[in-house]
Amino acid sequence: MAAVQDGPMELDAEKEAKPEILSDGTSNLSGNTASGTLSSSPLTAAPAGGAPKMEDQQTLIAVLQFLKRNKLSESVEILRREAGLGEHQEGSQATDGSGGGKGDGDGGDANSLLSRVSITSAAAPQSMPVKSDCIINIFRCDLPFMFMLSEDQPDVSVVLSAYSQQGDPPLYQVYYSGLKNFIESVLDCHRAELSQLFYPLFVHMYLELVYNNHETEAKAFFDKFSGDQECYYQDDLHILCGLTKKEHLKGNEVLLDFRTSRFVLHISRDSYQLLKRHLQERHNNQIWNIIQEHLYIDIFDGMPRSKSQIDSMSGSLAGEAKREVNKAKVFYGLLKEPEIEVPLDDEDDEAENEEGKPKKKKTKKDSLGSKSKKQDPNAPQQNRIPLPELKDSDKLDKIMYMKESTKRIRLGPENLPSICFYTFLNAFQGLTAVDFTDDSSLLAGGFADSTVRVWSVTPKKLRKVKSAGELNVIEKESDDVLERIMDEKTASESKILHGHSGPVYGVSFSPDRNYLLSSSEDGTVRLWSLQTFTCLVGYKGHNYPVWDTHFSPFGYYFVSGGHDRVARLWATDHYQPLRIFAGHLADVTCTRFHPNSNYVATGSTDRTVRLWDVLNANCVRILTGHKGPIHSLAFSPNGKFLASGSTDGRVLLWDIGHGLMIGELKGHTDTIYALKFSRDGEILASGSMDNTVRLWDSMKAFDEVETDDFTATTGHIHLPDNSQELLLGMYHSKSTPVTHLHFTRRNLLLAAGAYNSQ
Amino acid sequence: SHSQSGPSQREERRFAEVPRESIKLMAESTGVELSEEVATLLAEDVCYRLREATQNSSQFMRHAKRRKLSVEDFNRALRWSNTETVCGYGAQDALPFRPLKEGELFFVEDREINLVELALATNIPKGCAETMVRVHVSYLDGKGNLEPQGTVPTAVQSLSEDLLKYYQQITRAILGEDPHLMKVALLDLQSNSKIAALLPYFVYVISGVKSVSHDLDQLNRLLHMVKSLVQNPYLYLGSYVRSLVSSVMYCILEPLAASINPLNDHWTLRDYAALLLSHIFWTHGDLVSGLYHQILLSLQKVLSDPVRPLCSHYGAVVGLHALGWKAVERVLYPHLPAYWANLQAVLDDYSVSNAQVKADGHKVYGAILVAVERLLKMKALSLTLAAEGGCAGLPGTATGAVGFRENSLGLSPPPEPLSEPPLGIASHLQAGGAGCPWEEWTPVSLPAMYCELYSFFGDSLAVRFSTGPPLGGATPPGPCQPLEGRKEPASSAPNLENTRKMPQLTASMNISPRRDGSPRGAPPSGSCQPLEGRKEPASGAPNLENTRKIQSRDIFPKARFPLPQAGPPAFSFIIGGRQMGRRCQGRRFQTSFTPTPPHTTLPPRAYAHKLPVIGRVSKPVRRWTCSHYSLHLPL
Repeated sequence: MAAVQDGPMELDAEKEAKPEILSDGTSNLSGNTASGTLSSSPLTAAPAGGAPKMEDQQTLIAVLQFLKRNKLSESVEILRREAGLGEHQEGSQATDGSGGGKGDGDGGDANSLLSRVSITSAAAPQSMPVKSDCIINIFRCDLPFMFMLSEDQPDVSVVLSAYSQQGDPPLYQVYYSGLKNFIESVLDCHRAELSQLFYPLFVHMYLELVYNNHETEAKAFFDKFSGDQECYYQDDLHILCGLTKKEHLKGNEVLLDFRTSRFVLHISRDSYQLLKRHLQERHNNQIWNIIQEHLYIDIFDGMPRSKSQIDSMSGSLAGEAKREVNKAKVFYGLLKEPEIEVPLDDEDDEAENEEGKPKKKKTKKDSLGSKSKKQDPNAPQQNRIPLPELKDSDKLDKIMYMKESTKRIRLGPENLPSICFYTFLNAFQGLTAVDFTDDSSLLAGGFADSTVRVWSVTPKKLRKVKSAGELNVIEKESDDVLERIMDEKTASESKILHGHSGPVYGVSFSPDRNYLLSSSEDGTVRLWSLQTFTCLVGYKGHNYPVWDTHFSPFGYYFVSGGHDRVARLWATDHYQPLRIFAGHLADVTCTRFHPNSNYVATGSTDRTVRLWDVLNANCVRILTGHKGPIHSLAFSPNGKFLASGSTDGRVLLWDIGHGLMIGELKGHTDTIYALKFSRDGEILASGSMDNTVRLWDSMKAFDEVETDDFTATTGHIHLPDNSQELLLGMYHSKSTPVTHLHFTRRNLLLAAGAYNSQ
Repeated sequence: SHSQSGPSQREERRFAEVPRESIKLMAESTGVELSEEVATLLAEDVCYRLREATQNSSQFMRHAKRRKLSVEDFNRALRWSNTETVCGYGAQDALPFRPLKEGELFFVEDREINLVELALATNIPKGCAETMVRVHVSYLDGKGNLEPQGTVPTAVQSLSEDLLKYYQQITRAILGEDPHLMKVALLDLQSNSKIAALLPYFVYVISGVKSVSHDLDQLNRLLHMVKSLVQNPYLYLGSYVRSLVSSVMYCILEPLAASINPLNDHWTLRDYAALLLSHIFWTHGDLVSGLYHQILLSLQKVLSDPVRPLCSHYGAVVGLHALGWKAVERVLYPHLPAYWANLQAVLDDYSVSNAQVKADGHKVYGAILVAVERLLKMKALSLTLAAEGGCAGLPGTATGAVGFRENSLGLSPPPEPLSEPPLGIASHLQAGGAGCPWEEWTPVSLPAMYCELYSFFGDSLAVRFSTGPPLGGATPPGPCQPLEGRKEPASSAPNLENTRKMPQLTASMNISPRRDGSPRGAPPSGSCQPLEGRKEPASGAPNLENTRKIQSRDIFPKARFPLPQAGPPAFSFIIGGRQMGRRCQGRRFQTSFTPTPPHTTLPPRAYAHKLPVIGRVSKPVRRWTCSHYSLHLPL
């Protein structure tokens, strides 16, 4: 069992907590230049493994421009000499980053942009004595940090971006109205596409007004146009309208994200040409600049999309995903099952023989076994991620699993699972997380009073291992040594684990049932032994509340995600994370391992789901379409599909291979906190705060999607509105929100939640 | 309040805002003077920071899987943004936000808590029940499972093992079969100083009377449990008094399932419960305000409801009686005319099918008689005391105490009140509650009262005020001898028919209780008159003193009653007799009574002549009466 080999990325810099530290650092640096002008972006990252030279150069150029503007010619000279840059490089390199997807971005813009930056910074002339090399150093030490965050093309302009004075504040309304009138006048087929511009433009114009202290104008602007925005942006607008002062901009994380990330739009070439022509004719530079600066327009050839197509994909904090982001190959297939001799269970056979049943069992098992022996073409290499070797006990468990699965009930629309509800009573302290072991023998609950409680669901009581002294006197050669090491005196139905100092937001059992993970508001993830019922390790790194944690299906690895907007991959025997998955623009609210353990899915408050490659920490899928924070995720057992549930009460289904949304399940009226596929993937169960469990026909949902080449390449899907047909059943609890769902190995559905007496 | 100069006048506020004035006020309270400008800026910033913190706190709520934002969430958000947290508002319940009308001021109600009271309170609050998980097959093959899930287990489990064991043992012993065990358990319950935590559970058990109304024995045991709890000096009953009273009232008033069978002596139970009620009231009535008022109201309600069975009426009467003569005077007495008509109808029905009801009617009749008798007596006594300046302690009280200690209940008797109960009526008068019938009650003069009562009861009332020879001396006539045709003394009732039939019960009076080893199971006779009495004309002091000497045991010292009014006393009655009953052993008693001279002619008695049948039973009157109701009353 080897640790994961260190990937091509460095992790040393990760000891410091959040990416926000980055911005703190830089603002410290710029504290004497101009407060708030330097907001660094976590998106300024280099392509993984690539030489950071390019970025260095670009950064240098930006710094040089800055110094020049401030008449710091001496510093410019020193810096240029040290960096070995020629003067000619500045102009040509500056716009490199922004050119990428925009089709025709004109190079002059970068200069004007930089000039705007310098206008604001000129307000602080005392910033002269800043040592240039010191700036460089800071950028350098930030870089290893940044370069994991995303593989987006770096854009220096964003690093130094600021909303600067441009144009007459009262004219903002005129600009916006002008664009609005234009978009409303274009052909229907283009209107839906161009309407996407409204929201990002609105926000950026408003923020620009606020930033330049035009409070009154900003309010007027907001009042006039906020009603035009799509309803699913309400939450953001709500935050926005409370913000009327420049000082407030600094501390607001959501807006920081909005400013530092580029809002991504998918627009057909025809519509884009239309827009461009219009803006050029009107000389509407203000809007054009914002589009250049803060928007990323992903232009595609072909038919413009319809309104419903657009609506289904939009809603996230930063627009849709760029198409090329989801082009990476994902090995979503399952790993080959290890070959285990399944001994014939004599007792079972005898019992069945007595009942006079034909002895077909053996052939059945063979077929089951051979199924997993076939190499899935979509599966990753068996050793792509080093996995722990199977122990004897694991093999035994696999055998148990196979035996159980032969008794599994085939579910389907005609054959719905029975539901067992595990109700937590008298949970005054607040139940915050629940998990079942795979074999459904143990149940763990995390509570707001910082405790974790473990219950035995079977008649077998929980026992601790005897103390070291007592263990010494045990006959180690005896057959029942495993039984003898247990302390019968400690047998009880439940155990309480104390250790956290804040509410426990996530719990996860290890597959071998020896360990339990819990993540808490106190910023730590703890590993508990279920043999001794003590805490073994406290993994520190998030430093902020850790919202969720999940064990790999093969054990050893686990993932955690929290308020610091990153998800981390850990191995149980490393006190530092092995990988950091950074890129989400807001809190990582839920984390799940792919069944083949090569990928990790995370859901976030930025309303996107991301899929990360464990091997290189790359983000391989960004899935947009949710209109609220995502609180639950579930992979289908075959690894091909992903389901996600959010506060908006909708479940979205995704095809991982193509990175496409393939289904939308509407019905829940409150946040969905639990999602689970049945063991064979035919049924998706969803549990929500609205006290219901709903069962969906996932087979039908997957089958009906036409994943032909065209849709696969364009990503434009027509979602059938068939939630009602797919809904197989809705089951109410009296007053118990559903916190967790679990299918037993025989496909009995277990639900859990705390009874709410009010 | 937040004025915004500028072209855009906001029609509506998007958020709650802290006005500039508040900021200034707050600054002033800490001694800082703020300019308008600064205050405006501060107010805006405060609003924004508050909104920001609220938004941040909502994610803690979401992750705790709650719908309600708690103070905890807010504090967490503050803590993570390096702001001082708000202290002191960690309550689970919502804090009431109240307006103050006068000053457009809003505030969070924050009551002062008396820590001493809290610390010394013996009713320990319920502990938190243990968190547990319960499994329930909610849907089997997609179909709902209607099997009840049971209730959420409460904090009983959180009691200490010992207490729990004690609780189980005690309840088992009291409700079990073994009378000896029960006695021990009751005694312990009465004196154990460590059972405060169990009080709610015992009260809960007692409230089970409603479910065992078919089982007199169980009801009895539960009432005994009440008695023990009430008598335990270490228990602070607090608001549990209400619950106990309601359980006791249930036994008094409800037509118990056990009363369907005439062989069941539910009358005794009601008597006992009534006595218990008065005991609770006199010892713990001050714990619950308005209790007296409420009890009277419910008794009156039952009494005035003709649909209720007679046994309920009986309960109401004994209940009133037990609460004291004032209660009788205020509730029963004004109700009597209305009630009488109903009772009369029952008593006049001679059909066979009515026999049982009629027997019940006699019970009620007897109960009323006893109640009004004491009413008259106590009223006279109070008049006397008022006249004498209330100098001497009430002798009757001591006597009553003796009598009570002898009875099976072992309850100390309530002191007979001459005044109103301290809290009851006074408090309700203060509260000014409207619609209480006895509120507009005006005192009726003793003679008028006597006259009216006489019009109902006729001689059966009169017979209590003995006119015959002094008590101990005379040998009464044979037990079965009817006393019909006895002449009405002209002085007291000049207009009466001569041939009034006298109640037979007087004939049985001098059966010695020792003689009757009557079987326990004997059915109760229709009579509930254990008193022996003779009416004697007031013969002045010498006669009374004479009587007194004759008596071996002078229980009721005869008092001379100088009339409160000027003028010589016209009449003085002596009530005397022998108490019957298993335990009384023929104890003699005697009391004197001075009505004001009935100079006025009595109103024609509309009812009296119709009441010849009281006590006339086919069986000998010497029959043992199981209901020794009157024995519990201090005469």
